[in-house]
Amino acid sequence: MKKLNKTTKSNLITYGMVIVLFVLMQALVSAGQISSLLQGLLVPLCAYIILAVSLNLTVGILGELSLGHAGFMCVGAFTSAFFSKCMAEAIPVSGVRYFLAILIGAACAGICGILIGIPVLRLKGDYLAIVTLAFGEIIKNIVNILFIGRDEAGFHFSTKDTLSLGLSADGEVIVNGPQGITGTPKDSTFAIGVVLILITLFIVLNLIHSRSGRAIMAIRDNRIAAESIGINITKYKLMAFSVSASLAGVAGVIYAHNLATLTAQPKNFGYNMSIMILVFVVLGGIGNIRGSVIAAIVLTLLPELLRGLSDYRMLIYAVVLIVMMLFNWSPKAIAWREQYASKFKRNKKEAA
Amino acid sequence: MSFISYLINGISLGSVYAIIALGYTMVYGIAKMLNFAHGDVIMIGAYVVMASITRAGLPPFAAILVSIVFCTVLGVVIETVAYRPLLNAASSLAVLITAIGVSYLLQNIALLIFGANTISFASVVSVPALVLAGGALTITGETIVTIICCIVIMTALMVFIKKSKAGQAMLAVSEDKGAAQLMGINVNGTIALTFAIGSALAAVAGVLLCSAYPTLTPYTGAMPGIKAFVAAVFGGIGSIPGALIGGILLGVIEIFGKAYISSQMADAIVFGVLIVILLVKPAGILGKNIQEKV
Amino acid sequence: MKLKKVLCIAMTAAVTAVSMAGCGSGGDQPAGTNEGADTAQEGESDGGSESDAAAGGTFKIGGIGPLTGGAAVYGIAVKNGAELAVKEINEAGGINGAQIEINYQDDEHDAEKAVNAYNTLKDWGAQAILGAVTSAPCVAVGSVSYEDNIFMLTPSGTAVDCVKYDNAFRVCFSDPMQGVESAKYIGEHGLATKVAAIYDSSDVYSTGIYQAFAEEAENQDFEVVAAEAFTSESKSDFSVQLQKAKDAGAELVFLPFYYSEAALVLNQAAGMDFKPVFFGCDGMDGILAVKGFDAALADNLIFLSPFTPTSPDETIQKFVGDYETAYGETPNQFAADAYDGIYAIKAAMEDGNVTPDMSPSDICEALKAAMVNITIDGVTAKNLTWEASGEPSKEPMVVKIANGDYAVVDDDDAAAGGAEAVNNTEAADTADAE
Repeated sequence: MKKLNKTTKSNLITYGMVIVLFVLMQALVSAGQISSLLQGLLVPLCAYIILAVSLNLTVGILGELSLGHAGFMCVGAFTSAFFSKCMAEAIPVSGVRYFLAILIGAACAGICGILIGIPVLRLKGDYLAIVTLAFGEIIKNIVNILFIGRDEAGFHFSTKDTLSLGLSADGEVIVNGPQGITGTPKDSTFAIGVVLILITLFIVLNLIHSRSGRAIMAIRDNRIAAESIGINITKYKLMAFSVSASLAGVAGVIYAHNLATLTAQPKNFGYNMSIMILVFVVLGGIGNIRGSVIAAIVLTLLPELLRGLSDYRMLIYAVVLIVMMLFNWSPKAIAWREQYASKFKRNKKEAA
Repeated sequence: MSFISYLINGISLGSVYAIIALGYTMVYGIAKMLNFAHGDVIMIGAYVVMASITRAGLPPFAAILVSIVFCTVLGVVIETVAYRPLLNAASSLAVLITAIGVSYLLQNIALLIFGANTISFASVVSVPALVLAGGALTITGETIVTIICCIVIMTALMVFIKKSKAGQAMLAVSEDKGAAQLMGINVNGTIALTFAIGSALAAVAGVLLCSAYPTLTPYTGAMPGIKAFVAAVFGGIGSIPGALIGGILLGVIEIFGKAYISSQMADAIVFGVLIVILLVKPAGILGKNIQEKV
Repeated sequence: MKLKKVLCIAMTAAVTAVSMAGCGSGGDQPAGTNEGADTAQEGESDGGSESDAAAGGTFKIGGIGPLTGGAAVYGIAVKNGAELAVKEINEAGGINGAQIEINYQDDEHDAEKAVNAYNTLKDWGAQAILGAVTSAPCVAVGSVSYEDNIFMLTPSGTAVDCVKYDNAFRVCFSDPMQGVESAKYIGEHGLATKVAAIYDSSDVYSTGIYQAFAEEAENQDFEVVAAEAFTSESKSDFSVQLQKAKDAGAELVFLPFYYSEAALVLNQAAGMDFKPVFFGCDGMDGILAVKGFDAALADNLIFLSPFTPTSPDETIQKFVGDYETAYGETPNQFAADAYDGIYAIKAAMEDGNVTPDMSPSDICEALKAAMVNITIDGVTAKNLTWEASGEPSKEPMVVKIANGDYAVVDDDDAAAGGAEAVNNTEAADTADAE
């Protein structure tokens, strides 16, 4: 067999890992050997993995800190849930409807990414971070005051309350301000989620290893040098940022079609969530796509597996998070690990 | 008249943001890290004051001193255990994430010790309110004290950094850690001192925050912490007078936004103005725009 | 670098291993619940027999609510109230001789986490669910519990959609009902002609009530002169909202939100010398229990509530006393709703002749049928009954705070309610003795 080059091999391992996990989980589900808790977590896990991978594109490859990723997820979630709710009767086939919902969610989030990216990407470092955080909060705030209803006269909009929508008697409120959208069809499944993860990985990994990806990383490493050799900074920055945003939108679609209720609370679409996704990315390794996948899985499962500790659950979670960060990032810990690993390897060689 | 009254409300709110932002910006300026746990140190500081007054029966002044000492120790411990090992990590984001972990930890410790119930924090400020224009305008004692504290702390910090040896060491560390080390400055010690001062300020901020807005829960610190971060960026992060200006501006914008545009969209307005300001002045109001070099 | 990856993978492996182990320890239950619940029930009655050797098995009731995060205070109250009721029932001999076991899971006030909590309870073998405490998680849990056909009784999920499905019932009032009743009360009693409303525009509960209130206000004899909102991001300062209400000449300010924020509103209103009548909803209950709160500020605060801890009624006094001994604080409306919720489940289980060895789905069918038959003399209402729609039928009490204490307003309705309460104390005693 021809020797594969190093990046292809590494990419294949990443895809393989996802597929193996999928097959394993499917086997367990069909054998009934899996707890309902884990089964219920499969779809959200897909959403979190996509979020982590997409944010890694911004943080790791583009090298910009974004604290508003949940805002794009929110856009994707609400636009697609709105579409699905409106079209629930017009398109009875859930597969087709869900496919369209994904396209709509991704497109809307991507457009938001471009609109926000144009002014914002001129800023640097912490200032960029704070502006993305601001955008995330603005999106959440706007979603919370949005009321949309439908009756035979068409759609009605308001930013005040359902009363001012002026709906006729048989009209229906679709987006009800902070109460959000209830009764979104439950179209997300684990299999579709995994397919979406694979597509996300395919897009991100191919982008990284393409000509554009190298241009983006050149900007990350030295903006001025990249500019001086003729790389169009704005174009490539915007490309990475909007792809990342639209993938977050896809994650939002999965999230919205998994729960019966969709509300924009600080917990799920606020900066708390953005920070949570950032934690996945940093713990998994900045720029390391496979690491993001693993960290998203570990950190989503961790608080659920700690449920047995009842009151101390979140306390232990915080401690574990700090310890994992120190272990993964501290220069001393890294040196210690390398030393230990070389010893281990030597022993292995001697044994062989 | 209502305009002036809104302005006063805005300054009251802003002065609270400012006093939190001072601690934030101090730590950021020297250690170059966003300490997301700052808001939670504030919350702990307020709980300590509350507990020393109600449980140990200390007078308010002594309680504040206890709280300052407690928070200083807490700040140094957090720095030593959680942040110091990561100060030389490959990415500055590592410390940020650890700070988030510390923030969760402090919230949950407070939840376990003090419970989730809201506590109405009795104001420790005994300055009477200032009544102007025949009762149409009132400036509360808390506001007066907070603003005076802000100005005193700001001046003291600036003098400390400019005049004292330790302050000069801080400046050196913030400019270039490696070079500072070569000049014989104890870098770790200086950073620990920065955290000690920042956390002591957090204790003061906690007392004033809870005196002005008297409810206390384990999550009290989180939102003001984020707002203070925004305020610090507004003013130019790392700039000490910038934190004061940024904080007050943020408070005034928030109140005016609610009063004259829409109370539903208060958050969107505040953050919208922030974005506009940063697009015009990308390093904040008083921040220095450092020219990049290859 | 390579080693890091190896470590990452090792870590995942460890976590998966733990999760598998987790499955293993409760192994036969999830498998059982997936295929046929019978095997699971056998497993459970085995587990239960340790604690209860005398009578037939143990009922497993699952609770869902926020134990951490900003809404923890409500979830913890529900947990305490439910546990108190379970303890009492078990000491009094259980349900038809079977003991109750309760497992309360944290949902962090988040819909997704609530579904995780629900699944955890399903794995544990829960036969009925008391929850979720807050509205959005409750709607999410409602939909999944409907699919599994597991009975659900929410103590405090007020949104309309919480009881959308036929397996879901609630103990508290619904949002629209509270909004309409408040508007009617204000209008009929001529409390004011100019009313201002302040509400949390980022909260399901608060906007739900506000919207119904605004709608009903159009039929009433008063005018809403100001409607101001705040959000969870800006709930430390209410000076603008109050200033606007004051400038608009409001005689009454309607506050449809929880007491923790209300304490601050009252504080700031006093600071700016604004003294209208304040009118709240059931979330206001508990304001006097806020540590360090100056009760004088709440004087003349009126609110609709199903529960007052100072009511002379014996059932309530016993509940309040026991709760205070057990948890060191005065119970609020959440604890009371949960307490009644557990007793409602008990009554329905007795009425439906449910036994612990039945599958959750069969229990659900039996409880659904039984819920409309039962009448509870609880702490949140006398003669509490349910409709098939899941709504409780009970009269709201109007409570006014005077001299630092809650007092039921001596209104016509309320007086009738009070008289009824007196008549029912005996009945309540007998119910307790059972």
